[in-house]
Amino acid sequence: MQFMLLFSRQGKLRLQKWYVPLSDKEKKKITRELVQTVLARKPKMCSFLEWRDLKIVYKRYASLYFCCAIEDQDNELITLEIIHRYVELLDKYFGSVCELDIIFNFEKAYFILDEFLLGGEVQETSKKNVLKAIEQADLLQEDKNAYCPRAFFLYVASTDAIGCPGGSWLFMKPCCYGHS
Amino acid sequence: MEAVNLLSSNRYTEKQIGYLFISVLVNSNSELIRLINNAIRNDLASRNPTFMGLALHCIANVGSREMAEAFAGEIPKILVAGDTMDSVKQSAALCLLRLYRTSPDLVPMGDWTSRVVHLLNDQHLGVVTAATSLITTLAQKNPEEFKTSVSLAVSRLSRIVTSASTDLQDYTYYFVPAPWLSVKLLRLLQCYPPPDPAVRGRLTECLETILNKAQEPPKSKKVQHSNAKNAVLFEAISLIIHHDSEPNLLVRACNQLGQFLQHRETNLRYLALESMCTLASSEFSHEAVKTHIETVINALKTERDVSVRQRAVDLLYAMCDRSSAQQIVAEMLSYLETADYSIREEIVLKVAILAEKYAVDYTWYVDTILNLIRIAGDYVSEEVWYRVIQIVINRDDVQGYAAKTVFEALQAPACHENLVKVGGYILGEFGNLIAGDPRSSPLIQFNLLHSKFHLCSVPTRALLLSAYIKFVNLFPEVKTTIQDVLRSDSQLRNADVELQQRAVEYLRLSTVASTDILATVLEEMPPFPERESSILAKLKKKKGPSTVTDLEETKRERSVDVNGGPEPTPASASAVSTPSPSADLLGLGSAPPAPTGPPPSSGGGLLVDVFSDSASAVAPLAPGSEDNFARFVCKNNGVLFENQLLQIGLKSEFRQNLGRMFIFYGNKTSTQFLSFTPTLICSDDLQSDLNLQTKPVDPTVDGGAQVQQVVNIECVSDFTEAPVLNIQFRYGGTFQNVSVKLPITLNKFFQPTEMASQDFFQRWKQLSNPQQEVQNIFKAKHPMDTEITKAKIIGFGSALLEEVDPNPANFVGAGIIHTKTTQIGCLLRLEPNLQAQMYRLTLRTSKEAVSQRLCELLSEQF
Repeated sequence: MQFMLLFSRQGKLRLQKWYVPLSDKEKKKITRELVQTVLARKPKMCSFLEWRDLKIVYKRYASLYFCCAIEDQDNELITLEIIHRYVELLDKYFGSVCELDIIFNFEKAYFILDEFLLGGEVQETSKKNVLKAIEQADLLQEDKNAYCPRAFFLYVASTDAIGCPGGSWLFMKPCCYGHS
Repeated sequence: MEAVNLLSSNRYTEKQIGYLFISVLVNSNSELIRLINNAIRNDLASRNPTFMGLALHCIANVGSREMAEAFAGEIPKILVAGDTMDSVKQSAALCLLRLYRTSPDLVPMGDWTSRVVHLLNDQHLGVVTAATSLITTLAQKNPEEFKTSVSLAVSRLSRIVTSASTDLQDYTYYFVPAPWLSVKLLRLLQCYPPPDPAVRGRLTECLETILNKAQEPPKSKKVQHSNAKNAVLFEAISLIIHHDSEPNLLVRACNQLGQFLQHRETNLRYLALESMCTLASSEFSHEAVKTHIETVINALKTERDVSVRQRAVDLLYAMCDRSSAQQIVAEMLSYLETADYSIREEIVLKVAILAEKYAVDYTWYVDTILNLIRIAGDYVSEEVWYRVIQIVINRDDVQGYAAKTVFEALQAPACHENLVKVGGYILGEFGNLIAGDPRSSPLIQFNLLHSKFHLCSVPTRALLLSAYIKFVNLFPEVKTTIQDVLRSDSQLRNADVELQQRAVEYLRLSTVASTDILATVLEEMPPFPERESSILAKLKKKKGPSTVTDLEETKRERSVDVNGGPEPTPASASAVSTPSPSADLLGLGSAPPAPTGPPPSSGGGLLVDVFSDSASAVAPLAPGSEDNFARFVCKNNGVLFENQLLQIGLKSEFRQNLGRMFIFYGNKTSTQFLSFTPTLICSDDLQSDLNLQTKPVDPTVDGGAQVQQVVNIECVSDFTEAPVLNIQFRYGGTFQNVSVKLPITLNKFFQPTEMASQDFFQRWKQLSNPQQEVQNIFKAKHPMDTEITKAKIIGFGSALLEEVDPNPANFVGAGIIHTKTTQIGCLLRLEPNLQAQMYRLTLRTSKEAVSQRLCELLSEQF
């Protein structure tokens, strides 16, 4: 995988992870171009598209688009499930994750991603093992308080005052998702 | 700096934030990097798995060259150490993978590699998953080092596919056992040819199980279940296609994909079309793919998603053959009328290629292309209409029809400028063929063309002027009409220099020159030399070499020789009617089919002067250069060329798909060479297969001095032609121009492979398709000496295998050709017949073009 982007329906970038070295300018350009392309697609269209010499795999969860760029010989369907597994991980960790969780606890989202994907490849596919690693790390935090999902709310909100996106759950209907 | 301090903190939170900061914000600030590396090194040595994990994640996230320099030696040790925690092993494997991707030269291969392979047997599936990714990437570049991974991967895969859905606990994903790992293992196996029979049987079983499971009713209605299951299925199909050796599996795969073509999931239809595209090029499944033609055409018409339709176009292109060409081209043409703008140009190219390639009847071809221009004129690039003219000129049976058809097409009140170009050119050449009909008499033809003149752009007008002067020659009766047109102020005083010059020159030419001269100068164009279609080159450029080449290579007739090397064109007066090597069609756009020099004053010798001292022309290959070229096939150093003035020496080295060549130019005289410019010339075909990089040399070479030029070479994919080295310089006031073929040949990218007799024959049998073998029987040109022959085979690059062939007099060799895109295993056998002074040479490789080329090269050596 070359990179992963999370962006909202309004086109705001929520999380980015690059597994290939690129300049900031290049990253911005790619992001802008891809966000436009993906947002312009209709819901029933297929989740894969060719873009430059890469394949783009994307999926929409509620208000968020998850978008991965993979190489020519990589498997599209399994990438789609990488996205889904990541969403499951977020969901399990945050407890019914929504866009706000990712905005205000972006560092957790990054840590979970690092445990799941490293260098663009799947590191650990077991949900239990990934969450165990994260929970262990949380335990090591000095303030032994239970994890508070909105802890960074005020802090980040003051820096990102441009408007608060909706807080809809990434899994729109809990019943269509059967992890619990 | 604060962040770096955080790294060395013992508090987890602080360390974590420090790492996060560095992962996101670090750049190659050398001073900080040293401090950061120090902190990371401490954490790696800490034996605290959480700290080690953080440090490894950071290295993998930054992945810079500095980090690779610092840790590439360290991480393999952590990876294979017995006491490393599983989670750390996983991170270490992927971290190493990232470093290898950024700086492969810094990751040393060593004894750790064999221990990494054994991680495939690890208890912990997470470790196996991470290790498989690492091994796959490493094995692509070093197949020999990791070949033991094949049997381990097969047995691991076999255990997974036969396990019950609960066996693997948390590694089962929606009832599919370890889908990620399965996909990765199948991907790893695609780095290698089909394995030995024992392992192969087991692998075939696995693949069959996967295909069978696709037929079972789903265990869950969730899309995740079917996605994961089908991800494994598609990867298995890729492996089947890659091996391309089990007809049974190939046909089953094809049928499975056929089912997906009508699946209600858009994603599956998309992938089925994509995957079938590669199946179409396999000889075993080509027929099976063809049975789905109606479904694919239907997809083209009804799919609502442009990216799916695009795949359908690709598949139609791939499955097309002589029997279905007319149907497919017709469907593509009718789709073109409503096609999305983004893919129109590509469809136009594809239609043009298919129409040409499978044309039995060239009138059909001409009709198709004219239709193409009518429907999508804006998307018809120059290459397409150049090509139709090339073909019309080369085939005299279609010329009359072409003239008639364009004449009719031009009658339309509004026609595309490209049609005017084709029309102008063809009527200018072959208008006489239809002039007998009073409805298309010369004057009518001329008036028809001229009625479009004012609506056209400058290049088209220039072309039309050339057509007019050709009319002067063809039809003397319209000469005065045309002279009037040329003489009019709008031509003679046209603001555009090119048009003005043409008008002046043509007018003079038509008044001054005698009919004989006119007839010579304006003679019909001679046939164009056959070479790769410029349209195909364009499509390749558009799509990147990989997608199109493979398809074409496998289907291309053995016309390699016809296309070998760029044709040298003598720079002389005959250039007026000889196609130049630089432009595909003489004269159409830039140069008119008459001299562009100063306006002619006298009819006779006007042509000679203009073209005689053309400094840009490339000299024909120097005599004897073919012989010298052949000498370099089996060696890398020596003198390539020598005459009284100049000596060219070569020294080269090759490793895998890369090479470096030192060219030494020696001035043998005591006088300076001035404006000394060596140029490397690659044909369009070769350019996509071979990357050459070099720097210009100093333009003056002192008497008796030698200058050196380095050429860096990268073999992207297998190639046939050789680049040409052209050297131009001034010596004592005379212009010197030398061309030699540069001996960069496919066999330079050989890596010898030692193998035992048993292995050899087994592989030999695997390559038993008729396309994979090329054989040549030829007379010995040199004395038949065993030792010299051995040395030549080794010099050729393959390993010389002793005691393999039952007949000790025969020679047997094996090796792998490394290109950037693939590696091609090659086996060869040379049987001398002393009595008859003959040899029989047999080559078997997985790729026809490679067998062919290697056989040609090696046959020249004995």
